[in-house]
Amino acid sequence: MVDATSGNLSASGDLPPSGLWRLSGRVAWQLLPWVLPVLLILLWHGAAISGHLNRSVLPGPLDVVDVTISLVNRGQLQHHILVSLQRVALGFALGAVTGLALGIIVGLSIAARQIADLTVQMVRTVPHLALVPLMIFWFGIGEEPRILLVALGVVFSVYINTVSGIRSVDPKLVEMGRSYGLSKAELIWSIILPGALQQILTGIRYALGVAWLTLVVAETIASREGLGFLAQDARELLRLDVIVLVILIYAVAGWLADFLTRLVEARLLSWHPSYSQQGSRT
Amino acid sequence: MSGAIVNVRHLARSFGGKRVLDGIDLDVGAGEFVSLIGASGVGKSTLLKIVAGLDQPTSGTLRIHKPGKPAEVRMMFQEDRLLPWRTVLGNVILGTKGHEADGVDILCAIGLGGRENEYPSVLSGGQRQRTALARALLHQPDLLLLDEPFGALDALTRAAMQELLSSLLRESPRTVLLVTHDVEEALLLSDRVIVMRSGKIARSLSLPGPRPRARGDAELARLKEELISSLLHDEGAPAPSNAARLERALQPHD
Ligand SMILES: Nc1ncnc2c1ncn2[C@@H]1O[C@H](COP(=O)(O)OP(=O)(O)OP(=O)(O)O)[C@@H](O)[C@H]1O
Ligand SMILES: [Mg+2]
Repeated sequence: MVDATSGNLSASGDLPPSGLWRLSGRVAWQLLPWVLPVLLILLWHGAAISGHLNRSVLPGPLDVVDVTISLVNRGQLQHHILVSLQRVALGFALGAVTGLALGIIVGLSIAARQIADLTVQMVRTVPHLALVPLMIFWFGIGEEPRILLVALGVVFSVYINTVSGIRSVDPKLVEMGRSYGLSKAELIWSIILPGALQQILTGIRYALGVAWLTLVVAETIASREGLGFLAQDARELLRLDVIVLVILIYAVAGWLADFLTRLVEARLLSWHPSYSQQGSRT
Repeated sequence: MSGAIVNVRHLARSFGGKRVLDGIDLDVGAGEFVSLIGASGVGKSTLLKIVAGLDQPTSGTLRIHKPGKPAEVRMMFQEDRLLPWRTVLGNVILGTKGHEADGVDILCAIGLGGRENEYPSVLSGGQRQRTALARALLHQPDLLLLDEPFGALDALTRAAMQELLSSLLRESPRTVLLVTHDVEEALLLSDRVIVMRSGKIARSLSLPGPRPRARGDAELARLKEELISSLLHDEGAPAPSNAARLERALQPHD
């Protein structure tokens, strides 16, 4: 034990890390998460060109690249992506704002909680995708059912996390704020919302995932545009390469959404020891 | 003398049938420094919270007044209660408008100049307590309520903080009610020491001369011994009969 430690110490003492060495170490560290995805794609490619992969079961990466280029040239891919993005953004915004507002009201007022919480908890247990047939019956295949479904998927996780975030704010801090003469509005803005923020953001990140999932289902069932439609259409035309492309786009979009919320979190929670500069290495 | 006057009459407070405060009568004059001591759980924090208006008495009256204007009351809690999402300066100026310059001044005065824009999570325990004290003082309260403000500090920092508080009070005098576990602290800093026992005031001890008093004073040492030995016989304090049980509990079982 002792020997190992002293050995380590002397090794680092013999080799003072030069600036370049440390820089390349940092770059390597940043690139490390990408090694596995790249490796998987290379494996996939290898299997495709060596003939181990039956292309009528799974097309190779190059086939996907080909179809991407042709779809982009025809202007279709951009169009479908844009339509889907728009739907997800609208539905998400609608659901998040509603969930946040409702959560703040119920979190702050015991009376509002007594009135609304039971109902919300009951409605929440209904899988929102079960409403798809009803939505189509009501709205046909217009934009409304898809946006509403996404909003419904989002609203509850934002609501629940907002309520429990507000309830978990340290009452001692609230008491301190009152004794320092803060008004009700100042109390909410300076103490209650910042105290609940971490959990609200957790709810929002989870809700983003639900929003994408809902959109995929909603677009697959009743749509003439969007990524879900593209995949559905491809299934009917037996275009496996397009289906794989859409799945890859979903993966990238999900990762991007997560990445963006993490950025927002790091910025809004910079005061938090585990989100601070030193903590963000992990 | 500047500062608020406090009159407490027959004050009682029960929690679910348990009478924690049981007929407290207390008068504090303008600019007077009064310390409250007593066994843990005797109701010191409860009394302070009622005076701060954060809790309501079950019965009895409380009056805080100051000639001319309504009295400002600020409390420094047993824990520092800093907002982790606000910087040091943001915490100090909480609830005020346009007092950034005053906040910076007061932070310099308590030895935290240059740390204004850091978050509380990077401060040491003593620095956090000092920030909380700065916050209480910024409001220029007429009545300052301190609940074991230096309880969590090491002896050296505590002595420095006591000096600091004394000198700040010398510059701008105000009425102070201090709850402390530290009998010596009470004797050094205050005009009067009040001993609480079973929800009542058991003893009120006026101290002569200007404060703060010199640490090595023989009379002070005698008073300290006397107060400590009387506190030791209070309920809540670990009794000698309990010591035997503790020893048994700590014995290794085999
Ligand atoms: N909100 C409350 N509900 C129920 N009981 C309470 C409440 N606040 C205080 N008590 C009880 O009142 C008693 C006195 O509490 P208090 O905090 O005033 O003691 P203290 O003298 O400040 O003790 P310490 O020196 O340990 O801080 C304790 O027995 C405590 O359990
Ligand atoms: Mg206490």
